[in-house]
Amino acid sequence: MPLSSRHLLGLQGVPKDDIQLILETANTFREVLERPIKKVPTLQGKTIVNLFYENSTRTRISFELAEKRLSSDTINFSQSSSSVKKGESLKDTIRNIEAMKIDMIIIRHSAAGTPHYLTKICNANIINAGDGIHEHPTQALLDMYSLKERFGKLEGLKVCIVGDVAHSRVALSNIYGLITMGAKVSVCGPSTMIPRFIEKLGVNVTYDIDEAIRDNDVLNVLRIQLERKAGGYFPSLREYAKYFGITQERLDNNKDITILHPGPINRGVEISSEVADGNNQIILHQVTNGVAIRMAVLYLLGTLN
Amino acid sequence: MNVILKDINLFNPLSKIDQKKVSILLKDGIISKIGNIDSKEFENSEVFELDSKYVVPGFIDMHVHLREPGREDEETIVTGSNAAANGGFTEIACMPNTSPAIDSAEIINFIKKHSTKHLVNVYPIAAASLGRNGEVLSPIAELFEAGAVALSDDGVAIKTSSLLRKVLEYSKMYDLPVIEHCEDETLSDGAMNEGINSTQLGLPPLPSVSEDLIVSRDILMAEYTGGKIHIAHISTKKSIQLVRKAKQKGINITAEVTPHHFTLTEDYLKSYDTNYKMNPPLRTEEDVNAVIEGLKDGTIDCIVSDHAPHSIEEKEEEFQYAPNGIIGLETMIGLSLSELYHKKILSLKEIVEKLSINPRNILKIPVPQFSIGEPANFTILDLDSVWTVDISKFKSKSRNTPFDKRLLSGKSFGVINNNQMFIDDSFVNI
Ligand SMILES: [Zn+2]
Repeated sequence: MPLSSRHLLGLQGVPKDDIQLILETANTFREVLERPIKKVPTLQGKTIVNLFYENSTRTRISFELAEKRLSSDTINFSQSSSSVKKGESLKDTIRNIEAMKIDMIIIRHSAAGTPHYLTKICNANIINAGDGIHEHPTQALLDMYSLKERFGKLEGLKVCIVGDVAHSRVALSNIYGLITMGAKVSVCGPSTMIPRFIEKLGVNVTYDIDEAIRDNDVLNVLRIQLERKAGGYFPSLREYAKYFGITQERLDNNKDITILHPGPINRGVEISSEVADGNNQIILHQVTNGVAIRMAVLYLLGTLN
Repeated sequence: MNVILKDINLFNPLSKIDQKKVSILLKDGIISKIGNIDSKEFENSEVFELDSKYVVPGFIDMHVHLREPGREDEETIVTGSNAAANGGFTEIACMPNTSPAIDSAEIINFIKKHSTKHLVNVYPIAAASLGRNGEVLSPIAELFEAGAVALSDDGVAIKTSSLLRKVLEYSKMYDLPVIEHCEDETLSDGAMNEGINSTQLGLPPLPSVSEDLIVSRDILMAEYTGGKIHIAHISTKKSIQLVRKAKQKGINITAEVTPHHFTLTEDYLKSYDTNYKMNPPLRTEEDVNAVIEGLKDGTIDCIVSDHAPHSIEEKEEEFQYAPNGIIGLETMIGLSLSELYHKKILSLKEIVEKLSINPRNILKIPVPQFSIGEPANFTILDLDSVWTVDISKFKSKSRNTPFDKRLLSGKSFGVINNNQMFIDDSFVNI
């Protein structure tokens, strides 16, 4: 059974069957990644453009590697998306790229909704690699894959997303995906960083990190963007680390808890070095699984038409 | 030239005129006879068979952004006036956020010069502060003398309470209303109304309290100074409650609303279509219901378009970066009649009050009278005509509207003013 959409714009409204299919397909590719020759000819002849309007070396490398492992032709296009710098319009850029006969566009952009806009102005398959503070679906899929790998299932799993939920595309995609898959989702962070009305999405809210650690199977610890401090959302990094940072000492209350982090890590801020290198975290698994998940998404969309 | 409007319903609530199936004779644009007209007159007149269409005092839109001077590629004084005539207006008031801003007698004279020969009268609203930058009083006396009908820093609120106080006190000498765009700039770096939708769409939120705070400030300052505040494009439930209470207390305050704020909700943002991006942003259903209540009970005095032309390139930018605002002159009457009159929220009398009488009372512009010897300043309404909005037929230079292809009932059939008539898509001298 194929995916129900020819784009991956986000996980909001994506049916369970689709997520299941992506996670299962990723299993196959995960196994490919363990082989001595890590390449399959699946997308030979397809051309994929990595259109990155925002700097994100990790996500771009992960996509690029996934594309190469599937034998597709890959083009990288990076440009700063600062609204002040007026260059070619997005529409003209997309039209030009499309005229070069490409099949798929992976887009990262600072403005929410840009991937959705692309689906209206061109015919390529569009994959959202992060749009503003909206969604980052492949990150959430790889998080879910990593949890499924560890726990065997997602249903009933208690996951708390910790940190700057209000400005996180990782948080929103995780909330949608995990709830669809039957997990129990909560969020924890300073109240200035928890969006108003978030409970309407079916998540619980706590401001007590120790309670979050005690009551959950998993913490997905978000990266604190250092520029948020300038926005005045919290008083200081020191205070953030003291009241919301994940330390080994705090984990003593729940020694079995699993820690995810989408990277890059701010050691000593949202997570201590000890935890970042300790036994509870599965951060590097996430990175490996990221390639497998992206291979799965590219494969499923690339072979749809 | 003699013109006869035959079989009209003449309706002017101000002078309690409500006459069915009468005819009216205009000689060189002046009303010269109302009632039964001699057959002799018919022979040497241009006769319009109007078959019970309503003739009402010409509609006025008191919140229009013309882009001249500065952005003539988006709208000029003439194209904006053409759009007004096509939309059913004989008069408009234009906002001062041009480039340069309307903050000197020269700019007011420039606008007057470019609008003199037109059917549509253009009344400039002057900047409250020099350059609209919120620091120094604009030359209010000079602006008043040159013909400004109100003061506003629209686009933003008057920056500080101390400046607001001075503007209200100074403008009192000339009985000029101060039109306030209510938004606390320290809370307003968002792209849509704050709520679960903004979270789900990942768009930076603009909280409703940002509007409510400035409405509260302005009410208190109007009460303290005795000045006259007019709240522009009111959009939140709370702000409407605040204005209602202030009016009950006898504070000198009035308010206006746009058709998009009584027709649309933030749910439309789900398409990321920048034609739904405006400021104030589209709000929730609860707010729309409060707007409708406010229109019904008179808390909201006027309907205005907030006509805000933008180029196609600018509206095609990423949602967060695209400019706010939509054009509205050519859809406002259709939307008001469809959403308010035909849904029995407002009577025809109330529609005429909010589109013709109240705005003129606020700006102290005389309301057109239907008596012999008066110049004809009419909007002719076809209340039941069902039509589809078609942006390719707009007279405005810009195309940024979410209402293209919308089915509406009721429209302007034509307008008459300044010895001219706009009917059947063209201007004729009468
Ligand atoms: Zn405004």
